[in-house]
Amino acid sequence: MRLLTTIIIAFRALRRNKLRTILAALGMIIGVGAVIAMVAMGNGAKSQIESSIASLGQNMITIFPGSLTSGGMRGGWGSASSLTVDDAEAIKREVIGAIGVSPEIRDRQQVMANGLNWNTQVLGESPDFPNIRAWQLAEGEFFTDTDVRNAAKVCVIGKTVADQLFAGMDPIGQAIRARNIPLRVVGVMIAKGFNANGADQDDLIIVPYTTAMKRISKRDRISNIIVQAPTQEQMERVQRDIADILQQRRQGREPDYTIRNQLELAEVFTAQSKTMTALLGGIALVSLLVGGIGIMNIMLVSVTERTREIGIRLAVGAHGKDVLLQFLCEAVVLSLVGGIVGVLFGVGTSQLISLNYGWPTSISIPWVGIAVGGSAFVGIVSGFYPALKASQLDPIDALRYE
Amino acid sequence: MQPVVKLEDIHKIYGNDAEIEVHAVRGVTIDIQKGEFVALMGASGSGKSTLMNILGCLDRPTRGRYLLDGVDVSGLDRNDRADFRNQKLGFVFQGFNLLARTTAIENVELPMLYSHQRISASTMRDRALKALEIVGLANRADHLPSQLSGGQQQRVAIARSLVNNPQVLLADEPTGNLDSKTSVEVMGVFQKLNEQGITILMVTHELDIAQYCKRNLILRDGKLVSDIAVKDRFIAEVEMGKLKQAEADAKLVSGN
Repeated sequence: MRLLTTIIIAFRALRRNKLRTILAALGMIIGVGAVIAMVAMGNGAKSQIESSIASLGQNMITIFPGSLTSGGMRGGWGSASSLTVDDAEAIKREVIGAIGVSPEIRDRQQVMANGLNWNTQVLGESPDFPNIRAWQLAEGEFFTDTDVRNAAKVCVIGKTVADQLFAGMDPIGQAIRARNIPLRVVGVMIAKGFNANGADQDDLIIVPYTTAMKRISKRDRISNIIVQAPTQEQMERVQRDIADILQQRRQGREPDYTIRNQLELAEVFTAQSKTMTALLGGIALVSLLVGGIGIMNIMLVSVTERTREIGIRLAVGAHGKDVLLQFLCEAVVLSLVGGIVGVLFGVGTSQLISLNYGWPTSISIPWVGIAVGGSAFVGIVSGFYPALKASQLDPIDALRYE
Repeated sequence: MQPVVKLEDIHKIYGNDAEIEVHAVRGVTIDIQKGEFVALMGASGSGKSTLMNILGCLDRPTRGRYLLDGVDVSGLDRNDRADFRNQKLGFVFQGFNLLARTTAIENVELPMLYSHQRISASTMRDRALKALEIVGLANRADHLPSQLSGGQQQRVAIARSLVNNPQVLLADEPTGNLDSKTSVEVMGVFQKLNEQGITILMVTHELDIAQYCKRNLILRDGKLVSDIAVKDRFIAEVEMGKLKQAEADAKLVSGN
């Protein structure tokens, strides 16, 4: 009935006491803003961890050789050279769901090209490598099965190698010499950056594993085998089947290999990022609580100090519910405006952080809702309750209030 | 003619315990006709404030009947009394009771905001301006109370009390916070309004202020002890003239 008038009255009252209005809104803004910025930073860190896990490869299973014991001294995993290309081929042939298999040979070599030289890692791989590691080419193409069969003198290089040896020129078609073997560059991988441990993932040369074994490293044992499973759900099954095949091939001897999958690694990272989210969420909740208490404080005080105003309004004919509605309107307007500005403030802060400190941030919509809803609830309740009491006051008492 | 205000044996008892109860008003009967200008006087504790609260529909009598404009208001509930205050009564308080940080005209508009019939914003403004004109403050419409003198603030309060065309204007010690010259000024406004036919009932403890009214009621210990018509009534214009003369004389003296 008098709703419109009440809204006008509420706006007039808010405009009239700008400092009080700004302070009340500020409580909201900081509460909401802090929560949004905190959660955005937490989520950003989490998604960065997730993407660095994904960058390791897609549903990747790795088979390492077993440990070597010689003269009582036990080497670690991988010290024995117990894996062969035949093992890799058997896995590719017999394990259902091993959609990509690559025997890996790792070696460091001093390589030369273009009158420059550079020490880098030389990886022998199969053409499945880009799929298994979820790694695309920036230019050119990857080597083929034919190249593997022929132990072709071709290679694909990482961004760092390209920059070091072919600065300012197109590396495709150029030759790199490793152990005096000239390798033609057929492709360049896209830059992957540093991994979680700070190692440069782009500092490498990839050659067909046959080329690595026969021409460069000159060994017949491989460093490890990487296998890609079609989905995360099938990883365990594929892993079991690989173990069965390898065991069959060893005809009852002790297993001289170990199989790890990426999920185990991912679990560690996920646990870390969960801790991080919990920490930031905790900080956010404290911010919300502090903001809420700020709002409550200013609302309670503003209603108390306005008892005389309430008395005047009641004396000239306002009903209790008119006064109540007015204060409720003020609280809602404050909460809405404070909430909206708070969201902008939170989004702005997280953008600023990600721009200035390179900390990735991502805004979480549910948390925006929680922050705005929580503060609005606190604001409205703490505005409503004292207003309810004030509206029930006797006008004589309210007028006498100093 | 039917009186505007008719009190019949009004009693007000505070406290519900027989031992601590205070009998503030003990059987007051008054008739006030339209166009009267009445001063209600009494020492503190005489019950005049209590009676004023009852007259102002801010409080209810414990016993007795109160007819305002022919309607029995003694039994009305909170909201109905609020509507009566809004429509039939105008209030002027000792402490002005204007909303701070609110312009004069917005203060005057306040009772119209709580009217039952919808009044358009432009009508509200027109009526508020007219009320301010009556008290001679139309040129101060957009001033804040803090920018006005005490007398001006009280005149804004009077304009606010007039804006809904009340049956009775109730003033509780309207000159209590004002110096003597401003008091005369405010009493001049009341006299002018009374000449236009507005019924005024004011509480005061100052005898000279009561001399501006037409009828004086004296309350003692909750009972009406005197009800007399004022003889040798003060006329604000004349008194103002005397004051100005006195001021001029003072200046003349100090000038020599």
